[in-house]
Amino acid sequence: MSTTFLVVSSLVKVLVVLLITVGAFAPILIWAERRQSAMIQDRLGPSRAAIVLPASALAFIDRARLPIWRLAALTGIVAIVALVTLTFVAIKGSNPLPVSTSALTTSLVGFAVASVLLRAGYGVHSMIVRNGGKIMLIGLLHPLADALKFIFKEDFVPPKADKLLFSAGPIIALIPTIAAFAVIPFASTLHWDYLNQVLPRTGEVAGPAVPMQVASINVGILFIFAIASTGIIGAAISGYASDNKYSLLGGIRAASQMVSYEVVLGLTLVPAFMVYASLRLEDMATWQYEHLWGVFIPPLTLASINFFVAAVAETKRVPFDLPEGESELVGGYLTEYSGMKFGMFFMGEFVEVVSLAALASVIFLGGWDVPFLFRDGFEFSLPFVAGSVSVPLVHWLVVAIQFVCFLFKIIVLIWFQLMIRWSLPRFRYDQLMDLCWKGLLPVSLLNILVVGAFILSGWLDGWVAFFEKLF
Amino acid sequence: MTVEVKVIKKPGRTVAEQVYLPEIAKGLGFAMGRFFKNTFGPQDKKEIATIKYPEETVEYPERFRGIHRLTQRTDGSPRCVACLCCSTACPAQCIHIEPAEYEPEDPRYGYERYPSVFVIDELRCIFCGYCVEACPCDAIRMDTGMHMPPSTNRDHFLFDKETLLSIPGRDGTYLTANPRHEPGDPSHPGIDRERGH
Repeated sequence: MSTTFLVVSSLVKVLVVLLITVGAFAPILIWAERRQSAMIQDRLGPSRAAIVLPASALAFIDRARLPIWRLAALTGIVAIVALVTLTFVAIKGSNPLPVSTSALTTSLVGFAVASVLLRAGYGVHSMIVRNGGKIMLIGLLHPLADALKFIFKEDFVPPKADKLLFSAGPIIALIPTIAAFAVIPFASTLHWDYLNQVLPRTGEVAGPAVPMQVASINVGILFIFAIASTGIIGAAISGYASDNKYSLLGGIRAASQMVSYEVVLGLTLVPAFMVYASLRLEDMATWQYEHLWGVFIPPLTLASINFFVAAVAETKRVPFDLPEGESELVGGYLTEYSGMKFGMFFMGEFVEVVSLAALASVIFLGGWDVPFLFRDGFEFSLPFVAGSVSVPLVHWLVVAIQFVCFLFKIIVLIWFQLMIRWSLPRFRYDQLMDLCWKGLLPVSLLNILVVGAFILSGWLDGWVAFFEKLF
Repeated sequence: MTVEVKVIKKPGRTVAEQVYLPEIAKGLGFAMGRFFKNTFGPQDKKEIATIKYPEETVEYPERFRGIHRLTQRTDGSPRCVACLCCSTACPAQCIHIEPAEYEPEDPRYGYERYPSVFVIDELRCIFCGYCVEACPCDAIRMDTGMHMPPSTNRDHFLFDKETLLSIPGRDGTYLTANPRHEPGDPSHPGIDRERGH
């Protein structure tokens, strides 16, 4: 593998990570949080931000609706025909048709994606026409409006604040949350020379292999802990530098809360290291791909619940948003911040939600693993039934499906976090600390003991073997 | 005499409430139920109370008092006879009327006057509806079903006679359902110049 290839692929991966976190997930989360709360509370939610089109453009869009709908239907029919043919080929076992199986697969995916996109385009066109030429996109423009507002707002610094630390706070809070993504694998290793071929299920593959993560380092998860604990400094010094007693109290609260839950966060993951026997996140995902998802191993189920609670507390969001408790502390350490500096805190919070969801999905929910998907394609099998149906897929398609599935897992976890955020009332501060030091911490420590016994007694191997026999 | 003491037991929590987890699950379940119902449920099952206001509007109730209109006679002239009842009744004093006499050759001359100026300041108006109650001729009504459109200019809120005459009622008519008996009509109930009495 040449150095140029390494550099280019790393740059592409960094860009993808930035695009996913800062470019896509953070703005969508800002929208989703408000929209989801609105749906829970029987409201319509944010939908007013709009780009107003001129009348001629509106007429054009109205005229384009029908052709787009027809095209969507046509491509959909082609995709369905391809799917039926593929099923026929899969059942028959051989391909008597003049088109090759890989061409069929490619056309199925291509036409299906085109159909879905065109159908979505038709929906967007209809929506614009219904709104009389205003592009509203169910409120998705609100993050854009927010960003514009953040950029053009006055960047206020309190007169007696520590200027340097005040400006450094948001940066220190934002950067680690993005950096945590460096070691998270999005998909299995990409074999560059075999993109259009079906790879064998097991065994080494020659040629350049691109690990689908930015940095494959030995310390893996420890890197995330090291980086994430830097975020505490951001909250603490911004509270200190604001020259405001509410900010200071908020900063202290944030620091003590994050330090406490960091301990739990680390200890809940120790059972995972013991089971997977590795600190590297890609090895954890691979172990789960080869055996079963961590969440289905009983002691790890408990660990995953503990981890999730600690992760919500670590993001300082409701019901653990004591650092910002507006009834007591105005806005906590965010009180004096405005404009893009506040925006960076805001973004950092949301990216942290995403990165912790990604971490939870890699460690406990199999990461990029899709049930029944192997390196050579799908193989569906049922417990206690001998037969199985296999659908061979080309390599790039397998990796793409894994990537999409990983994103889907993150979205589900984020959705659940938002659900918690809008359902539960805030804790009292002593309850928060009790939950950490008297609840989660002893349970996590005991869980480590239990997992040790589980592994030493051989029950883990038995459990895994039982699961593998089942499927 | 001993004082009777009735001990009321402090309402405690059940074990399930004390453990907290079942209650969390219950709360989450409720919130998720609302979320799925309002997001993915069928359109008629959704219980969203708010609307996209300028694009969608809710019909005002039938007796809603909207901005005023002056009703017309069949020939398009105002029914108003400039009796000043409405401006007298108006608690906000927002109606300004200047009555005028018809020309001597006009058939209505001597029977009634007409408003040469009729101005309502819609910003002063408190929409109490007393003017409509006071009007003996059914000449002023508030059945337009419209609220005052917003403007940045105060002059836009001074509605003159022509503006008031040009606003239709909610049913689209400029008239009213009550018949008007012009002097000289056979149906006119009162005294008139030709018939004497």
